[in-house]
Amino acid sequence: MSTEPKDVIDLLAGIEPGSSLDGIRARRLQARENAQKSYLALFEPADIGDVAVAERYAVAAFVAGIHAEPAAASFYSAGFARSADRSELVDVLGAEIERARTEGPYGAFPAGLLSVEDKGGLIHRIAGKSRSVLGGRLAAALEHAHLLVFHPRDANPAAIRMLLEAGWSNTAIVTLSQLVAFLCFQIRTIAGLRTLGASLGHGASVSAKAS
Amino acid sequence: MSETIVVRASKDQPVTFTQEELGWLPWLDPLPEAEFTERHWAGLVERSRAKSDYFRLLVRDPQILEARTKTDKDIFYNIADGLPRAERELAAAATSRYNGCIYCTSVHARFATVHSKRRDDIQRLLDQGVGADLGERWNAIVSASVALASTPSAFGQEHIEQLRGVGLDDAEIVDVINGAAFFNWANRLMLSLGEPSTVVDA
Repeated sequence: MSTEPKDVIDLLAGIEPGSSLDGIRARRLQARENAQKSYLALFEPADIGDVAVAERYAVAAFVAGIHAEPAAASFYSAGFARSADRSELVDVLGAEIERARTEGPYGAFPAGLLSVEDKGGLIHRIAGKSRSVLGGRLAAALEHAHLLVFHPRDANPAAIRMLLEAGWSNTAIVTLSQLVAFLCFQIRTIAGLRTLGASLGHGASVSAKAS
Repeated sequence: MSETIVVRASKDQPVTFTQEELGWLPWLDPLPEAEFTERHWAGLVERSRAKSDYFRLLVRDPQILEARTKTDKDIFYNIADGLPRAERELAAAATSRYNGCIYCTSVHARFATVHSKRRDDIQRLLDQGVGADLGERWNAIVSASVALASTPSAFGQEHIEQLRGVGLDDAEIVDVINGAAFFNWANRLMLSLGEPSTVVDA
């Protein structure tokens, strides 16, 4: 490759070289570079392990889609469309994103004083027809991703057991958890920086593209 | 490779938010040190982290752990300029309180207290939740962190204006965004791969 790939947070937040936000991000250079290295570690890892690229993009497209963050959703759904071997998968994932949208965080606390703060919400299960197209392994990953995005405090050993039963190894579960959790960070960083950029008169071209 | 799930008795699970030190128990087997390659050691960044079950579990994927750790360190420990350390920890603690991560809240509430010397205010955040009145400046940081933790994001111009109104410049606002956003990553790992324990060296 002749050029460095563009920093994904800058790209999706609409941060232009030489802008004031570009200068501010440069003061946390290690964080900026390692947020990008985290993205590369998850989508272009040196060792792909046993989580396929198409699985990684499917989960990412789902996570970005249920966050209703347009720039990230377009970016990762394009990645999924490139890596998926059947266009049917893309359509089914899109339908599942629509069904899975809600507002978080919610969930239950350990029984006791905090129980008054328990808040119920959607527990997303992949529809039977979608499951047959996506397969049990990917369906389990998407259900787990929904849990982590919207109601992470409901996570429990049973959720881990479902992943193991669907064919996810210990190491693959770590990668999947990092993938979903990283995206929760990256998407919020993009949303925050774009909002700040807008207050400085930056980023008009990105918000136009995203709308 | 072992695929054993580690099922824990939950009798020592904390049931409130606390500034006390807690332990953390993994639900999946951490990688035994005997199976570490050089890549695993590099992924830990600091060799001493091999003592921690949490890091020995995450090191199963060393490339992402290494990049995550370096991101974390710069966001919280690079204090050459920008937001004071205490307020970066406040953003982390408020995010953790809102998402419901008792373990992360305990660590970062403790750090926020150490750096701010405002133990009672931090305890009010823990006891009353993210609506606690902590004074104008801290309220603005908590409210921005909470808006950013919401899905979909509720972070808007009003949060930027509120932060500017209490004296934060753009670089300090970026430190709030980075610190709060990062804990949406950390909380989800801690909450979904294991559980806290009141026994520190469990």
